[in-house]
Amino acid sequence: MMFWDPRVEEMPKEELQKLQYKLLKTLVYRLYSFSPFYHERMKESGVHPDDIQTLADIRKLPFMYKRDLRDNYPDKIFVAGQEDLVRYHVSSGTTGKPTVVGYTRNDLDNWTTSLARGLVSCGLGRGDVLQVSYGYGLFTGGLGLHYGAERVGATVLPTSVGNTERQIELMQDLHTTAIACTPSYLLHMGEVAEKMGVSIRDDTDLRRGILGAEPWSDAMKARIEDWLGIKAYDIYGTSELYGPMFCECAEQNGFHVWGDLAYIEILDPVTGESLGPGEKGELVVTMLQKEALPMIRYRIGDITSYEDGVCACGRTHPRVMRISGRVDDMLIIRGINVFPSQIEYALMTIPQVGQHFQIVVDRKGALDDMLVRVEVARESFSDKITDLMAIRKNVEHKLRNTLNVAVNVELVEPGSLPRFEGKAKRVIDRRQL
Amino acid sequence: METDRYVIKQISIFSENRPGRLAAIAKALTEENINILAFSIAEADGFGVVRALVDKPKLAYEKLTGLGFNVAFTDVIAVKMRESPGGLYEIAKMLANVQINIEYSYAYTGKEGGVLILRVDDADQAVRLITSLGATLLESRVFQ
Repeated sequence: MMFWDPRVEEMPKEELQKLQYKLLKTLVYRLYSFSPFYHERMKESGVHPDDIQTLADIRKLPFMYKRDLRDNYPDKIFVAGQEDLVRYHVSSGTTGKPTVVGYTRNDLDNWTTSLARGLVSCGLGRGDVLQVSYGYGLFTGGLGLHYGAERVGATVLPTSVGNTERQIELMQDLHTTAIACTPSYLLHMGEVAEKMGVSIRDDTDLRRGILGAEPWSDAMKARIEDWLGIKAYDIYGTSELYGPMFCECAEQNGFHVWGDLAYIEILDPVTGESLGPGEKGELVVTMLQKEALPMIRYRIGDITSYEDGVCACGRTHPRVMRISGRVDDMLIIRGINVFPSQIEYALMTIPQVGQHFQIVVDRKGALDDMLVRVEVARESFSDKITDLMAIRKNVEHKLRNTLNVAVNVELVEPGSLPRFEGKAKRVIDRRQL
Repeated sequence: METDRYVIKQISIFSENRPGRLAAIAKALTEENINILAFSIAEADGFGVVRALVDKPKLAYEKLTGLGFNVAFTDVIAVKMRESPGGLYEIAKMLANVQINIEYSYAYTGKEGGVLILRVDDADQAVRLITSLGATLLESRVFQ
Protein backbone atom coordinates (compact mmCIF):
# COMPACT_ATOMS: atom_id res chain seq x y z
CA MET A 1 0.00 0.00 0.00
CA MET A 2 1.59 3.25 -1.10
CA PHE A 3 -1.05 5.75 -0.03
CA TRP A 4 -3.37 5.84 2.93
CA ASP A 5 -5.67 8.41 1.40
CA PRO A 6 -4.70 8.78 -2.31
CA ARG A 7 -7.55 11.12 -3.20
CA VAL A 8 -6.26 13.73 -0.76
CA GLU A 9 -2.55 12.98 -0.93
CA GLU A 10 -2.40 13.30 -4.74
CA MET A 11 -4.91 16.14 -5.00
CA PRO A 12 -3.85 18.62 -7.72
CA LYS A 13 -2.28 21.72 -6.24
CA GLU A 14 -4.93 24.19 -7.41
CA GLU A 15 -7.66 22.01 -6.00
CA LEU A 16 -5.76 21.72 -2.70
CA GLN A 17 -5.38 25.49 -2.50
CA LYS A 18 -9.07 26.00 -3.16
CA LEU A 19 -9.83 23.58 -0.36
CA GLN A 20 -7.42 25.41 1.95
CA TYR A 21 -9.04 28.74 1.18
CA LYS A 22 -12.48 27.33 1.89
CA LEU A 23 -11.31 25.83 5.17
CA LEU A 24 -9.52 29.03 6.20
CA LYS A 25 -12.54 31.18 5.47
CA THR A 26 -14.79 28.87 7.51
CA LEU A 27 -12.27 28.81 10.35
CA VAL A 28 -11.93 32.57 10.52
CA TYR A 29 -15.70 33.15 10.55
CA ARG A 30 -16.14 30.46 13.17
CA LEU A 31 -13.48 31.92 15.46
CA TYR A 32 -14.59 35.51 14.95
CA SER A 33 -18.05 34.44 16.03
CA PHE A 34 -17.30 31.93 18.78
CA SER A 35 -13.85 32.64 20.23
CA PRO A 36 -13.58 35.74 22.44
CA PHE A 37 -9.78 35.42 22.22
CA TYR A 38 -9.57 35.39 18.40
CA HIS A 39 -12.37 37.93 18.08
CA GLU A 40 -10.41 40.34 20.28
CA ARG A 41 -7.15 39.64 18.42
CA MET A 42 -8.71 40.24 15.02
CA LYS A 43 -10.31 43.47 16.19
CA GLU A 44 -6.98 44.69 17.60
CA SER A 45 -5.32 44.00 14.24
CA GLY A 46 -8.16 45.69 12.37
CA VAL A 47 -9.02 42.62 10.35
CA HIS A 48 -12.50 41.22 9.70
CA PRO A 49 -13.28 37.78 8.25
CA ASP A 50 -14.61 39.54 5.13
CA ASP A 51 -11.07 40.79 4.46
CA ILE A 52 -9.93 37.24 3.75
CA GLN A 53 -10.48 37.08 -0.01
CA THR A 54 -7.58 34.84 -1.05
CA LEU A 55 -5.37 32.29 0.64
CA ALA A 56 -2.54 34.86 0.73
CA ASP A 57 -4.77 37.13 2.83
CA ILE A 58 -3.89 34.86 5.73
CA ARG A 59 -0.99 37.30 6.24
CA LYS A 60 -3.48 39.89 7.46
CA LEU A 61 -4.28 37.73 10.47
CA PRO A 62 -2.46 38.23 13.77
CA PHE A 63 0.14 35.73 15.03
CA MET A 64 -0.29 33.44 17.96
CA TYR A 65 2.54 32.52 20.34
CA LYS A 66 3.27 29.94 23.01
CA ARG A 67 2.91 32.68 25.61
CA ASP A 68 -0.76 33.10 24.58
CA LEU A 69 -1.34 29.53 25.76
CA ARG A 70 0.54 30.13 28.99
CA ASP A 71 -1.24 33.42 29.66
CA ASN A 72 -4.56 31.66 29.20
CA TYR A 73 -3.68 28.63 31.32
CA PRO A 74 -5.18 26.13 31.50
CA ASP A 75 -8.05 26.26 28.98
CA LYS A 76 -9.27 29.85 28.61
CA ILE A 77 -8.85 29.89 24.82
CA PHE A 78 -10.42 26.49 24.19
CA VAL A 79 -13.35 26.82 21.82
CA ALA A 80 -14.94 23.51 22.78
CA GLY A 81 -16.48 22.95 26.19
CA GLN A 82 -15.05 20.30 28.49
CA GLU A 83 -17.96 17.95 27.71
CA ASP A 84 -16.87 17.86 24.06
CA LEU A 85 -13.25 17.06 24.90
CA VAL A 86 -12.11 13.46 24.82
CA ARG A 87 -8.48 14.03 25.90
CA TYR A 88 -5.98 16.47 27.37
CA HIS A 89 -2.22 16.57 26.88
CA VAL A 90 0.13 18.81 28.83
CA SER A 91 3.46 20.03 27.50
CA SER A 92 6.50 19.55 29.69
CA GLY A 93 7.08 23.28 29.96
CA THR A 94 10.81 23.10 29.21
CA THR A 95 10.74 26.79 28.40
CA GLY A 96 8.37 27.94 31.15
CA LYS A 97 4.97 27.18 32.62
CA PRO A 98 3.28 24.07 31.16
CA THR A 99 0.62 24.44 28.49
CA VAL A 100 -2.55 22.40 28.23
CA VAL A 101 -4.04 21.23 24.95
CA GLY A 102 -7.44 19.58 24.46
CA TYR A 103 -8.94 17.37 21.76
CA THR A 104 -12.44 16.72 20.49
CA ARG A 105 -13.19 13.36 18.91
CA ASN A 106 -12.70 14.92 15.45
CA ASP A 107 -9.35 16.35 16.56
CA LEU A 108 -8.11 12.93 17.59
CA ASP A 109 -9.37 11.46 14.36
CA ASN A 110 -7.60 14.07 12.24
CA TRP A 111 -4.40 13.59 14.23
CA THR A 112 -4.48 9.85 13.74
CA THR A 113 -5.32 10.23 10.03
CA SER A 114 -2.41 12.61 9.57
CA LEU A 115 -0.03 10.08 11.11
CA ALA A 116 -1.57 7.17 9.22
CA ARG A 117 -0.83 8.95 5.92
CA GLY A 118 2.72 9.71 7.06
CA LEU A 119 3.51 6.24 8.35
CA VAL A 120 2.22 4.59 5.17
CA SER A 121 4.22 7.08 3.09
CA CYS A 122 7.46 5.80 4.62
CA GLY A 123 6.47 2.18 4.11
CA LEU A 124 5.00 1.21 7.46
CA GLY A 125 1.91 -0.97 7.66
CA ARG A 126 0.47 -4.39 8.41
CA GLY A 127 3.25 -6.83 9.29
CA ASP A 128 5.41 -4.19 10.94
CA VAL A 129 6.17 -4.09 14.65
CA LEU A 130 6.54 -0.48 15.77
CA GLN A 131 8.29 0.07 19.07
CA VAL A 132 7.02 3.36 20.44
CA SER A 133 9.83 4.66 22.61
CA TYR A 134 8.39 8.12 23.00
CA GLY A 135 7.02 8.94 26.43
CA TYR A 136 3.44 7.89 27.07
CA GLY A 137 1.23 10.07 29.20
CA LEU A 138 0.97 13.83 29.21
CA PHE A 139 3.48 14.08 26.35
CA THR A 140 1.84 13.68 22.93
CA GLY A 141 4.58 11.52 21.38
CA GLY A 142 3.72 8.10 22.79
CA LEU A 143 -0.06 8.08 22.43
CA GLY A 144 0.07 9.91 19.10
CA LEU A 145 2.31 7.36 17.40
CA HIS A 146 0.48 4.56 19.17
CA TYR A 147 -2.90 5.28 17.59
CA GLY A 148 -1.38 6.27 14.24
CA ALA A 149 0.44 2.95 13.95
CA GLU A 150 -2.59 0.94 15.10
CA ARG A 151 -4.68 2.70 12.46
CA VAL A 152 -2.42 1.45 9.63
CA GLY A 153 -2.41 -2.08 11.01
CA ALA A 154 1.10 -2.21 12.45
CA THR A 155 1.66 -4.05 15.74
CA VAL A 156 2.51 -1.56 18.46
CA LEU A 157 5.06 -2.33 21.17
CA PRO A 158 4.43 0.48 23.67
CA THR A 159 7.76 0.54 25.52
CA SER A 160 7.73 4.28 26.26
CA VAL A 161 11.08 5.79 27.31
CA GLY A 162 13.70 4.39 29.66
CA ASN A 163 14.84 0.94 30.78
CA THR A 164 16.93 0.76 27.66
CA GLU A 165 18.33 -2.74 28.18
CA ARG A 166 14.83 -4.18 28.41
CA GLN A 167 13.86 -2.23 25.28
CA ILE A 168 16.71 -3.90 23.41
CA GLU A 169 15.72 -7.37 24.65
CA LEU A 170 12.12 -6.80 23.56
CA MET A 171 13.30 -5.42 20.23
CA GLN A 172 15.04 -8.75 19.61
CA ASP A 173 12.39 -11.05 21.06
CA LEU A 174 9.36 -9.44 19.37
CA HIS A 175 11.19 -8.63 16.11
CA THR A 176 10.65 -4.89 16.11
CA THR A 177 10.89 -3.61 12.52
CA ALA A 178 10.53 0.12 13.26
CA ILE A 179 11.10 2.38 16.22
CA ALA A 180 9.70 5.80 17.05
CA CYS A 181 11.86 7.88 19.40
CA THR A 182 14.20 10.86 19.52
CA PRO A 183 17.35 10.54 17.40
CA SER A 184 19.55 11.02 20.47
CA TYR A 185 17.73 8.24 22.32
CA LEU A 186 18.28 5.90 19.38
CA LEU A 187 22.01 6.66 19.45
CA HIS A 188 21.98 5.99 23.18
CA MET A 189 20.18 2.72 22.52
CA GLY A 190 22.84 1.78 19.98
CA GLU A 191 25.55 2.37 22.57
CA VAL A 192 23.73 0.40 25.28
CA ALA A 193 23.12 -2.44 22.82
CA GLU A 194 26.82 -2.61 21.98
CA LYS A 195 27.67 -2.84 25.67
CA MET A 196 25.24 -5.76 25.90
CA GLY A 197 27.00 -7.38 22.95
CA VAL A 198 24.04 -6.75 20.63
CA SER A 199 24.47 -5.19 17.21
CA ILE A 200 21.27 -3.40 16.18
CA ARG A 201 22.39 -3.78 12.58
CA ASP A 202 23.08 -7.54 12.69
CA ASP A 203 21.14 -8.92 15.64
CA THR A 204 17.73 -7.23 15.27
CA ASP A 205 15.07 -6.83 12.56
CA LEU A 206 15.00 -3.06 12.91
CA ARG A 207 14.75 -1.37 9.49
CA ARG A 208 13.18 2.01 10.14
CA GLY A 209 13.43 4.80 12.66
CA ILE A 210 10.66 7.41 12.89
CA LEU A 211 12.69 10.08 14.63
CA GLY A 212 11.85 13.53 15.92
CA ALA A 213 10.92 15.73 18.90
CA GLU A 214 14.33 17.42 18.81
CA PRO A 215 16.42 19.10 16.12
CA TRP A 216 18.84 16.85 14.23
CA SER A 217 21.01 17.13 11.17
CA ASP A 218 21.61 15.31 7.87
CA ALA A 219 24.95 14.19 9.27
CA MET A 220 23.30 12.70 12.36
CA LYS A 221 20.85 10.93 10.07
CA ALA A 222 23.73 9.52 8.02
CA ARG A 223 25.46 8.35 11.18
CA ILE A 224 22.31 6.60 12.44
CA GLU A 225 21.68 4.96 9.08
CA ASP A 226 25.26 3.79 8.56
CA TRP A 227 25.84 2.61 12.09
CA LEU A 228 22.51 0.94 12.81
CA GLY A 229 21.71 -0.20 9.28
CA ILE A 230 18.25 1.38 9.20
CA LYS A 231 16.41 4.14 7.31
CA ALA A 232 15.79 7.22 9.42
CA TYR A 233 12.64 9.25 8.74
CA ASP A 234 11.97 12.64 10.24
CA ILE A 235 8.69 13.15 12.09
CA TYR A 236 7.39 16.53 13.16
CA GLY A 237 4.75 18.09 15.33
CA THR A 238 4.14 19.80 18.63
CA SER A 239 1.35 19.47 21.14
CA GLU A 240 -0.16 22.77 19.95
CA LEU A 241 -0.70 21.26 16.48
CA TYR A 242 -2.02 17.91 17.86
CA GLY A 243 1.33 16.23 18.55
CA PRO A 244 3.73 14.49 16.14
CA MET A 245 1.75 14.53 12.90
CA PHE A 246 3.92 14.87 9.79
CA CYS A 247 6.39 12.21 8.70
CA GLU A 248 8.85 11.90 5.82
CA CYS A 249 7.87 9.70 2.90
CA ALA A 250 10.15 7.04 1.39
CA GLU A 251 11.99 9.81 -0.49
CA GLN A 252 13.35 11.09 2.86
CA ASN A 253 13.40 14.62 1.59
CA GLY A 254 11.29 16.63 4.02
CA PHE A 255 8.01 15.78 5.73
CA HIS A 256 4.72 16.32 3.90
CA VAL A 257 2.45 18.81 5.59
CA TRP A 258 -1.09 17.76 4.75
CA GLY A 259 -2.62 20.85 3.23
CA ASP A 260 -6.18 19.92 4.19
CA LEU A 261 -5.11 19.96 7.86
CA ALA A 262 -2.49 22.69 8.03
CA TYR A 263 -1.32 25.74 6.12
CA ILE A 264 2.35 26.66 6.50
CA GLU A 265 4.33 29.84 6.05
CA ILE A 266 8.06 30.43 6.47
CA LEU A 267 8.89 33.89 7.80
CA ASP A 268 11.98 35.87 8.55
CA PRO A 269 12.08 35.52 12.36
CA VAL A 270 13.10 39.14 12.85
CA THR A 271 11.16 41.09 10.20
CA GLY A 272 8.19 38.72 9.85
CA GLU A 273 8.58 38.93 6.07
CA SER A 274 7.29 35.94 4.11
CA LEU A 275 10.02 33.71 2.60
CA GLY A 276 9.86 31.46 -0.46
CA PRO A 277 10.77 27.82 -1.06
CA GLY A 278 14.32 26.91 -0.05
CA GLU A 279 14.75 29.94 2.20
CA LYS A 280 15.46 29.32 5.86
CA GLY A 281 13.19 30.97 8.37
CA GLU A 282 10.66 30.47 11.11
CA LEU A 283 7.87 27.96 10.55
CA VAL A 284 4.38 29.37 11.13
CA VAL A 285 1.41 27.00 11.10
CA THR A 286 -2.33 27.52 10.78
CA MET A 287 -4.39 24.47 11.70
CA LEU A 288 -7.32 24.40 9.31
CA GLN A 289 -9.60 21.87 10.98
CA LYS A 290 -8.75 22.01 14.66
CA GLU A 291 -11.81 22.22 16.89
CA ALA A 292 -10.95 22.33 20.61
CA LEU A 293 -7.92 24.58 20.49
CA PRO A 294 -7.66 26.41 17.15
CA MET A 295 -4.29 27.71 16.00
CA ILE A 296 -3.99 30.56 13.54
CA ARG A 297 -0.51 31.59 12.39
CA TYR A 298 1.10 29.87 15.34
CA ARG A 299 4.79 30.74 15.71
CA ILE A 300 6.25 27.48 16.97
CA GLY A 301 9.74 28.94 16.94
CA ASP A 302 11.34 26.24 14.75
CA ILE A 303 13.76 27.21 11.99
CA THR A 304 13.48 25.38 8.66
CA SER A 305 12.67 25.80 4.97
CA TYR A 306 10.06 24.28 2.65
CA GLU A 307 9.71 22.94 -0.90
CA ASP A 308 6.53 23.32 -2.87
CA GLY A 309 7.06 21.10 -5.94
CA VAL A 310 5.26 17.78 -6.35
CA CYS A 311 7.30 15.13 -4.53
CA ALA A 312 8.86 12.20 -6.39
CA CYS A 313 6.48 9.99 -4.37
CA GLY A 314 3.53 11.65 -6.14
CA ARG A 315 2.21 13.59 -3.15
CA THR A 316 1.31 17.17 -3.94
CA HIS A 317 1.45 18.56 -0.40
CA PRO A 318 4.35 20.87 0.51
CA ARG A 319 7.42 19.38 2.19
CA VAL A 320 9.16 20.94 5.16
CA MET A 321 12.84 20.17 5.70
CA ARG A 322 14.27 18.82 8.93
CA ILE A 323 14.21 21.47 11.67
CA SER A 324 17.64 23.05 11.90
CA GLY A 325 17.19 25.01 15.12
CA ARG A 326 14.93 26.93 17.42
CA VAL A 327 14.45 30.65 17.34
CA ASP A 328 14.87 30.57 21.13
CA ASP A 329 17.82 28.08 21.10
CA MET A 330 19.71 30.52 19.00
CA LEU A 331 22.75 31.73 20.86
CA ILE A 332 24.18 35.11 20.10
CA ILE A 333 27.95 34.86 20.54
CA ARG A 334 29.77 38.14 20.06
CA GLY A 335 26.91 39.33 17.87
CA ILE A 336 26.86 36.21 15.68
CA ASN A 337 23.85 33.89 15.56
CA VAL A 338 24.85 30.36 16.50
CA PHE A 339 22.56 27.33 16.42
CA PRO A 340 23.54 24.21 18.36
CA SER A 341 22.57 22.20 15.28
CA GLN A 342 25.44 23.80 13.35
CA ILE A 343 27.84 22.50 15.97
CA GLU A 344 26.30 19.07 15.78
CA TYR A 345 26.70 19.11 12.01
CA ALA A 346 30.36 20.08 12.19
CA LEU A 347 31.16 17.45 14.82
CA MET A 348 29.57 14.70 12.76
CA THR A 349 32.24 15.20 10.12
CA ILE A 350 35.06 14.56 12.61
CA PRO A 351 35.36 10.83 13.38
CA GLN A 352 37.86 11.38 16.21
CA VAL A 353 35.15 12.79 18.47
CA GLY A 354 31.86 11.19 19.49
CA GLN A 355 28.39 12.45 18.57
CA HIS A 356 27.67 13.90 22.00
CA PHE A 357 28.55 17.45 22.92
CA GLN A 358 27.87 20.19 25.39
CA ILE A 359 28.09 23.92 24.88
CA VAL A 360 29.07 26.18 27.77
CA VAL A 361 28.69 29.90 27.18
CA ASP A 362 30.22 32.34 29.59
CA ARG A 363 31.38 35.90 29.62
CA LYS A 364 35.08 36.63 30.08
CA GLY A 365 35.37 40.34 30.72
CA ALA A 366 33.28 42.00 28.06
CA LEU A 367 33.50 39.14 25.60
CA ASP A 368 31.33 36.07 25.16
CA ASP A 369 33.28 32.88 25.50
CA MET A 370 32.01 29.65 24.01
CA LEU A 371 33.37 26.29 25.07
CA VAL A 372 32.35 23.10 23.31
CA ARG A 373 33.03 19.89 25.19
CA VAL A 374 33.43 16.76 23.06
CA GLU A 375 34.31 13.17 23.84
CA VAL A 376 37.45 11.60 22.41
CA ALA A 377 36.40 8.50 20.45
CA ARG A 378 37.94 5.31 21.81
CA GLU A 379 39.45 4.28 18.49
CA SER A 380 41.30 7.55 18.10
CA PHE A 381 42.86 7.82 21.55
CA SER A 382 46.59 7.88 21.32
CA ASP A 383 49.11 8.02 24.10
CA LYS A 384 50.63 11.07 22.43
CA ILE A 385 49.64 14.47 23.79
CA THR A 386 50.46 15.99 20.41
CA ASP A 387 47.89 13.76 18.68
CA LEU A 388 45.23 14.81 21.18
CA MET A 389 46.14 18.46 20.77
CA ALA A 390 45.85 18.01 17.01
CA ILE A 391 42.34 16.56 17.39
CA ARG A 392 41.35 19.51 19.53
CA LYS A 393 42.81 21.97 17.10
CA ASN A 394 41.02 20.33 14.21
CA VAL A 395 37.68 20.53 16.04
CA GLU A 396 38.28 24.17 16.91
CA HIS A 397 39.18 24.91 13.32
CA LYS A 398 36.09 23.17 11.90
CA LEU A 399 33.78 24.89 14.39
CA ARG A 400 35.29 28.25 13.66
CA ASN A 401 34.76 27.75 9.95
CA THR A 402 31.17 26.62 10.42
CA LEU A 403 30.11 29.24 12.95
CA ASN A 404 32.30 32.18 11.98
CA VAL A 405 33.14 32.69 15.62
CA ALA A 406 36.12 31.44 17.65
CA VAL A 407 35.37 28.49 19.89
CA ASN A 408 37.35 26.75 22.62
CA VAL A 409 37.20 22.99 22.64
CA GLU A 410 37.66 20.75 25.63
CA LEU A 411 38.31 17.05 25.18
CA VAL A 412 36.52 14.92 27.74
CA GLU A 413 36.40 11.22 28.54
CA PRO A 414 34.06 9.02 26.47
CA GLY A 415 30.69 8.52 28.14
CA SER A 416 31.15 11.49 30.46
CA LEU A 417 28.75 13.94 28.78
CA PRO A 418 25.08 13.67 29.72
CA ARG A 419 22.88 11.42 27.55
CA PHE A 420 19.28 12.41 26.99
CA GLU A 421 16.29 10.12 26.83
CA GLY A 422 13.87 12.94 25.98
CA LYS A 423 14.72 16.33 24.58
CA ALA A 424 18.45 16.99 24.55
CA LYS A 425 19.61 19.95 26.62
CA ARG A 426 23.07 20.69 25.39
CA VAL A 427 23.57 24.36 26.16
CA ILE A 428 24.68 25.78 29.48
CA ASP A 429 24.54 29.56 29.34
CA ARG A 430 26.31 31.11 32.34
CA ARG A 431 26.27 34.65 31.05
CA GLN A 432 24.89 37.14 33.52
CA LEU A 433 23.49 39.82 31.26
CA MET B 1 68.26 -10.27 17.42
CA GLU B 2 65.06 -10.91 19.29
CA THR B 3 63.86 -7.51 20.49
CA ASP B 4 60.35 -8.47 21.62
CA ARG B 5 61.33 -9.41 25.14
CA TYR B 6 62.56 -5.88 25.80
CA VAL B 7 59.38 -4.17 24.59
CA ILE B 8 57.13 -3.37 27.55
CA LYS B 9 53.38 -2.73 27.33
CA GLN B 10 52.67 0.54 29.08
CA ILE B 11 49.03 1.50 29.64
CA SER B 12 48.02 5.05 28.76
CA ILE B 13 44.77 6.47 30.09
CA PHE B 14 43.02 9.60 28.86
CA SER B 15 41.93 11.69 31.81
CA GLU B 16 40.13 14.96 32.24
CA ASN B 17 42.01 17.45 34.32
CA ARG B 18 39.80 17.55 37.39
CA PRO B 19 39.97 16.32 40.98
CA GLY B 20 39.30 12.65 41.54
CA ARG B 21 40.28 11.21 38.16
CA LEU B 22 43.61 9.75 39.34
CA ALA B 23 41.90 8.39 42.44
CA ALA B 24 39.31 6.67 40.23
CA ILE B 25 42.05 5.04 38.14
CA ALA B 26 44.08 3.97 41.19
CA LYS B 27 40.98 2.58 42.92
CA ALA B 28 40.15 0.45 39.88
CA LEU B 29 43.66 -0.99 39.82
CA THR B 30 43.53 -1.64 43.56
CA GLU B 31 40.30 -3.58 43.16
CA GLU B 32 42.02 -5.93 40.72
CA ASN B 33 45.13 -6.20 42.91
CA ILE B 34 47.26 -4.69 40.16
CA ASN B 35 50.62 -3.31 41.18
CA ILE B 36 51.86 -0.06 39.67
CA LEU B 37 55.63 -0.18 39.10
CA ALA B 38 56.13 3.24 37.61
CA PHE B 39 53.90 6.00 36.40
CA SER B 40 53.71 9.59 35.23
CA ILE B 41 51.12 12.13 34.23
CA ALA B 42 51.48 14.27 31.13
CA GLU B 43 49.25 17.27 31.16
CA ALA B 44 47.88 19.49 28.44
CA ASP B 45 45.28 22.23 28.65
CA GLY B 46 42.21 20.68 30.27
CA PHE B 47 43.19 17.03 29.96
CA GLY B 48 46.06 14.69 30.64
CA VAL B 49 47.40 11.25 29.89
CA VAL B 50 48.22 8.94 32.77
CA ARG B 51 50.95 6.48 31.82
CA ALA B 52 51.76 3.49 33.96
CA LEU B 53 53.76 0.31 34.00
CA VAL B 54 51.76 -2.32 35.80
CA ASP B 55 52.27 -5.98 36.54
CA LYS B 56 49.04 -7.07 34.77
CA PRO B 57 48.57 -4.71 31.80
CA LYS B 58 45.86 -6.75 30.05
CA LEU B 59 43.74 -6.97 33.18
CA ALA B 60 44.26 -3.24 33.83
CA TYR B 61 43.18 -2.45 30.28
CA GLU B 62 40.02 -4.54 30.59
CA LYS B 63 39.10 -3.18 34.01
CA LEU B 64 39.58 0.48 33.05
CA THR B 65 37.88 0.11 29.67
CA GLY B 66 34.93 -1.55 31.40
CA LEU B 67 34.63 1.51 33.62
CA GLY B 68 34.44 3.71 30.55
CA PHE B 69 38.02 4.97 30.49
CA ASN B 70 39.78 5.58 27.21
CA VAL B 71 42.84 3.29 27.44
CA ALA B 72 45.60 2.41 24.98
CA PHE B 73 48.69 0.22 25.06
CA THR B 74 51.98 1.88 24.21
CA ASP B 75 55.33 0.17 23.64
CA VAL B 76 58.15 1.47 25.81
CA ILE B 77 61.60 0.24 26.77
CA ALA B 78 63.48 0.41 30.09
CA VAL B 79 67.21 1.19 30.28
CA LYS B 80 69.23 0.51 33.37
CA MET B 81 71.14 3.51 34.73
CA ARG B 82 74.15 3.68 37.00
CA GLU B 83 72.86 4.97 40.30
CA SER B 84 75.36 7.72 40.94
CA PRO B 85 75.98 11.22 39.59
CA GLY B 86 76.34 11.07 35.80
CA GLY B 87 74.16 7.99 35.39
CA LEU B 88 71.50 9.76 33.32
CA TYR B 89 74.14 11.65 31.35
CA GLU B 90 75.79 8.40 30.21
CA ILE B 91 72.54 7.09 28.83
CA ALA B 92 71.36 10.38 27.35
CA LYS B 93 74.72 10.95 25.63
CA MET B 94 74.60 7.46 24.19
CA LEU B 95 71.10 8.00 22.81
CA ALA B 96 72.18 11.32 21.33
CA ASN B 97 75.19 9.73 19.66
CA VAL B 98 73.06 7.16 17.88
CA GLN B 99 70.39 9.75 17.03
CA ILE B 100 67.55 8.16 18.99
CA ASN B 101 64.86 10.73 19.60
CA ILE B 102 62.98 10.46 22.89
CA GLU B 103 59.27 11.17 22.64
CA TYR B 104 58.91 11.14 26.39
CA SER B 105 60.55 9.54 29.34
CA TYR B 106 60.29 9.03 33.08
CA ALA B 107 62.46 7.33 35.63
CA TYR B 108 62.40 5.49 38.93
CA THR B 109 64.84 3.90 41.32
CA GLY B 110 63.96 0.39 42.39
CA LYS B 111 65.59 -2.84 43.35
CA GLU B 112 67.17 -3.00 39.88
CA GLY B 113 68.78 0.39 40.54
CA GLY B 114 67.98 3.44 38.42
CA VAL B 115 65.66 2.76 35.48
CA LEU B 116 64.85 5.09 32.62
CA ILE B 117 61.58 4.37 30.81
CA LEU B 118 61.66 5.56 27.21
CA ARG B 119 59.07 6.03 24.54
CA VAL B 120 60.80 6.18 21.13
CA ASP B 121 59.64 6.15 17.50
CA ASP B 122 60.99 2.72 16.66
CA ALA B 123 61.33 0.48 19.71
CA ASP B 124 62.90 -2.44 17.81
CA GLN B 125 65.63 -0.33 16.34
CA ALA B 126 66.29 1.38 19.69
CA VAL B 127 66.64 -2.00 21.40
CA ARG B 128 69.19 -3.10 18.79
CA LEU B 129 71.24 0.08 19.04
CA ILE B 130 71.18 0.33 22.83
CA THR B 131 72.20 -3.29 23.41
CA SER B 132 74.94 -3.07 20.76
CA LEU B 133 76.43 -0.17 22.70
CA GLY B 134 76.64 -2.32 25.80
CA ALA B 135 73.88 -0.73 27.86
CA THR B 136 71.45 -2.96 29.76
CA LEU B 137 67.78 -3.10 28.95
CA LEU B 138 65.30 -4.62 31.38
CA GLU B 139 63.20 -7.41 29.95
CA SER B 140 59.44 -6.96 30.01
CA ARG B 141 59.07 -10.02 32.28
CA VAL B 142 60.82 -8.05 35.05
CA PHE B 143 57.63 -5.97 35.15
CA GLN B 144 54.97 -8.23 33.79
